[in-house]
Amino acid sequence: MIALNIAAQEIRVGLRNRWVIATTLLLAALALSLVLLGSAPTGTVGADPLAIVVVSLASLTIFLIPLIALLLSFDGIVGEHERGTLILLLSYPVSRWQVVVGKVLGQTAILAVATLVGYGAAGAALAAQAEIGANAWAAYTGMLATSVMLGAAFIALGCLASTLVRERATAAGLAVGVWLFFVLIYDSALLGLLVADQGRTVGETGLNLLLLFNPADAYRLFNMTATESVSVYSGMAGPGDPSGLGPATLLAALVAWILLPLTLAVAAFQRRPI
Amino acid sequence: MTAIAQWSSVTRHFGKVTAVQDVSLTLKAGEATALVGHNGAGKTTLIKLLLGLIRPSAGSVSVLGADPAGRNGAGARRALGFLPENVAFHGAMTGQELMAFYARLKGEPLSRNRELLALVGLADAADRRVSTYSKGMRQRLGLAQTLIGAPRLLLLDEPTSGLDPASRGEVYSMIDRFRADGATILVSTHALAEIGERVDRVAVMHGGGLLADGSLADLRRGADLEVRLTLRVTPCTTGTVLDRLGTAVRCVARAESRLELTLPAGAKMDVLGKLATMREVEDVEMSTPGLEELYRTLVADKETAT
Repeated sequence: MIALNIAAQEIRVGLRNRWVIATTLLLAALALSLVLLGSAPTGTVGADPLAIVVVSLASLTIFLIPLIALLLSFDGIVGEHERGTLILLLSYPVSRWQVVVGKVLGQTAILAVATLVGYGAAGAALAAQAEIGANAWAAYTGMLATSVMLGAAFIALGCLASTLVRERATAAGLAVGVWLFFVLIYDSALLGLLVADQGRTVGETGLNLLLLFNPADAYRLFNMTATESVSVYSGMAGPGDPSGLGPATLLAALVAWILLPLTLAVAAFQRRPI
Repeated sequence: MTAIAQWSSVTRHFGKVTAVQDVSLTLKAGEATALVGHNGAGKTTLIKLLLGLIRPSAGSVSVLGADPAGRNGAGARRALGFLPENVAFHGAMTGQELMAFYARLKGEPLSRNRELLALVGLADAADRRVSTYSKGMRQRLGLAQTLIGAPRLLLLDEPTSGLDPASRGEVYSMIDRFRADGATILVSTHALAEIGERVDRVAVMHGGGLLADGSLADLRRGADLEVRLTLRVTPCTTGTVLDRLGTAVRCVARAESRLELTLPAGAKMDVLGKLATMREVEDVEMSTPGLEELYRTLVADKETAT
């Protein structure tokens, strides 16, 4: 109950300082532009247009959502500490875990509203233009849900960064580092590793495991292989199971990527001197 | 009288720094206590210990019989109202919205919030954003939030720091009103002279230790303070007056018709009796030492002792 109060306050602040409206507009604009330009590269090939949108939108989401999530969350604890509002909050009958969980919940709700409204608008615009198959709708809904989960994972990571450091600037730097590492560096490093290794020690299982160690990769795999029509456009189609990781495993990895940083953030916050 | 809160032989280290050293202090119901001391004397640490924000390195703290940093700490905090030093609020919110948020955290109805805001003179500003508030108004909002849920103990950490004299006066008159309503209050301050007469009890902190604890009158007696007398005498009789007073007094300043004397508080009545019989003495002004001087004496005693 207390955690929900803190979450609600986070949302209220988000509405007041226009975070909600800004991120919603940004995501809607990008998604709509992809939808409206989307048919240009493929022409009218009779393919499900929504399947194409899922592929291009998911690729965009991998860069954008983690960034927005980290921007929302890095300030959460350390910012309140620096502004002096944290000591007052903790003098109330609240537990520290409630503060962390409440903030993560509230920020995730902000991101969820932005994603669902922004991407939902794009889906609706597309549905008005063309016939959409049930399969593509399923892939689209799956993408919406996992986008929110990806956001939640990076919000939890940002919150962890926020509880670990003493200054806002350090938390901001850490957040940028987290984004660079998971979104840009990780895949290149993985590719480099595979090339250098020449398949001697890192087998298929090893690679699959390594892909699960990055929430962005788990998200990518889930959405690129969501349905057969999507797999075709993402280049993931092939005989047999392309990734070797089922959707359940990938979803579990995303959930773990939300819960693990969150637990660590709670533990770190318990020890933080106020 | 029942104890609302208690520190028992509390010591707290921050790394190598000892912020509080073996402090035992009890806050009794209905009593207003001033916690005085210079910056870094350990006042805020004592308050944070009481709120359960930090744990003692040694000793124990209890609020209404519970350990504030323990399992039932949240329950204990429900009975506390706290005004932090340099209170800060989210500027984008209005006073009314912030009061609603804090009332919900305490599980209190929102219906009393308007009344509390009116009590601190913020009725007209309740629906304005806090970022438009002056420092004095923010401080008053801070006081209003301490009153949510009629707490049994108010902890005010430097409630007047950084305020102009008019705002300080407002804060003090509010503290007076809370006292009149029977609240138990702990005010930490270094504005000793201003708080002195408004509290029942004074606890003096110095260098992390509790230097003295008692009513102002108790402390004055204990500290062996000096009373200052200013006499107006018939011109050129200062020597006669001094001779007759003897060694009990010390002359600080001397002019043709004016004498300034200091004497131990214990000898006060004796000297006044003598002065009353002297024709040469036309007027007597007496000043008893305030908290400020008391504090200086206590600290000086402590430093010569160690």
